[in-house]
Amino acid sequence: MSQQTADLKFTQSHEWVRDNGDGTCTLGITEHAQELLGDLVFVEAPEAGRRVAAGDACAVVESVKAASDVYAPLAGEILSGNEALADSPELINQEPYGDGWIFKFRPDSMEALGELMDAAAYDAFVEAEG
Amino acid sequence: MPFIPHTETDVREMLAAIGVDRTEDLFDEIPARLRAGELEGVPPALSEMETLRLMRERAAQDGALLNFIGAGAYEHHIPAAVWEIATRGEFYSAYTPYQAEASQGTLQLIYEYQSMMTGLTGMEVSNASLYDGASALAEAVLMAVRLNRRAKTRRVLVPRSLNPAWRATAHNIVHNQGIELVDLPYDAATGRVDPAVLADYEEEGAVTALVVPQPNFFGVLEEVDTLSDWAARHGVILIAAVNPLTLALLKPPGEWGETGVDIVVGDGQPLGAPLSFGGPYYGFMCARKQHVRQMPGRIVGRAIDADGKPGFVLTLQAREQHIRRSKATSNICTNQGLVVTASTIHMAILGPEGLARVASASYANTHTLIERAATFGVRPAFTGDCFHEVALRLPRRAGAVLEAMAADGILGGYDLGRISPELDDAILVCATETKTSDDLELYIESLRRALAA
Repeated sequence: MSQQTADLKFTQSHEWVRDNGDGTCTLGITEHAQELLGDLVFVEAPEAGRRVAAGDACAVVESVKAASDVYAPLAGEILSGNEALADSPELINQEPYGDGWIFKFRPDSMEALGELMDAAAYDAFVEAEG
Repeated sequence: MPFIPHTETDVREMLAAIGVDRTEDLFDEIPARLRAGELEGVPPALSEMETLRLMRERAAQDGALLNFIGAGAYEHHIPAAVWEIATRGEFYSAYTPYQAEASQGTLQLIYEYQSMMTGLTGMEVSNASLYDGASALAEAVLMAVRLNRRAKTRRVLVPRSLNPAWRATAHNIVHNQGIELVDLPYDAATGRVDPAVLADYEEEGAVTALVVPQPNFFGVLEEVDTLSDWAARHGVILIAAVNPLTLALLKPPGEWGETGVDIVVGDGQPLGAPLSFGGPYYGFMCARKQHVRQMPGRIVGRAIDADGKPGFVLTLQAREQHIRRSKATSNICTNQGLVVTASTIHMAILGPEGLARVASASYANTHTLIERAATFGVRPAFTGDCFHEVALRLPRRAGAVLEAMAADGILGGYDLGRISPELDDAILVCATETKTSDDLELYIESLRRALAA
């Protein structure tokens, strides 16, 4: 478990979520996901103010191979998208857990966050997925 | 020997297995009056040579009619070189070859086509083409719905001055996706949309998009700057539906109003495709660069390889049906390769000056017809300026007049009563650059005789 991922939660659809401690969360896609996608060329971040339900497709990451949806792990409200990605989508390839974050949101409840995988569980999940 | 694989024995065994005696018994369910029975009036078989002779004789009966009908598909001169080149083995394929390593020529041609279309429309990007103008409009409507996240509705304003076939096609394609095409009336005097009617749709998010035809189905020029500015002011996506040939002279949609439009669609037929009983034609679509990720179809880009050599590649297809399945931006998975090839060659041969000459001559011929018809009291049905097609109001129902003209070997126009009962005394007439002054004279004489009869 790396220092980068120690405080993160993970979804089966390969997003990571960071609890910012102020009632908000930040979301991105995992190292594993960006590796599978290859060079990213475009990111469509969600609009601020949009309400999402858990499992909603709310952003699109487009690589030279495919366009893939990014899903909301929890119900809540989108606060902001990462504007730096508009000009530099490659930030996701370079720093998926840092500057390559995709959007911030305010979950209706933080409780469900605890049900997501921690880094060790996610690593095992990726391993099992082959 | 009949090309049927099963023997008499096979048939008997199959019938026995399901418990009937004769093959005919299988059709008992179908009432006798619905059965076609023997075909009557079909002569005995002919040899190939006899068939050919018969066909030539019958074809000659059609004669060479002088065509003055446009109504969405236009007769223009196509230089012989266009299809001579387009049907060379290197280009001639039922399917567009995409493998970059095998088809640099095709990819380069599409790249040239895109460049020409962005030049004509004044837009930043063009896709590699769609099936036809009507389906391009439908795709533009779907694209507008994806683009306009501010809109609370999925309503698109479509003027009744737009080609009715396009309106019907777009409706068929989009209505099951919860998108409503709202009729926008045209002004009965001018034949174009009165911008004042838009006042009903100014509430924030009331509509997603506005379609503006130019010239419209009646040949009339819409007030495109006013309509475009209205759309920009109210956060409405503006879709221009244009005849590409007219853009050789008219202001390109990219320059309409203060901001230009969002999406331009149209049918490429006037640029090198023969009328040919309605197809195949091709649709084009251009857009602002900022909208490119929501554009259907594909785009060919120019790139540089690792050695610095230029090459052409398909870009922007990651959202297509064959990659993204049910989440694709559109269900368009190819473009109209062969017709686009001919069209690109056509535009290259004519050049901007040639296209402008064709448009000018078409404009002049139609306006000559208007002037001459006025000498015996036949005037345009609408006061709005028209381009190379005009709705003429006749002193009687159009159908009989057109029939009388057909007897003179002249296709006198499109009977507008077919789309609207209040226009049953109006015909839509188009005189392109293919018409000589003798042709125009024949038309005027025939019309005069038909009205006098």
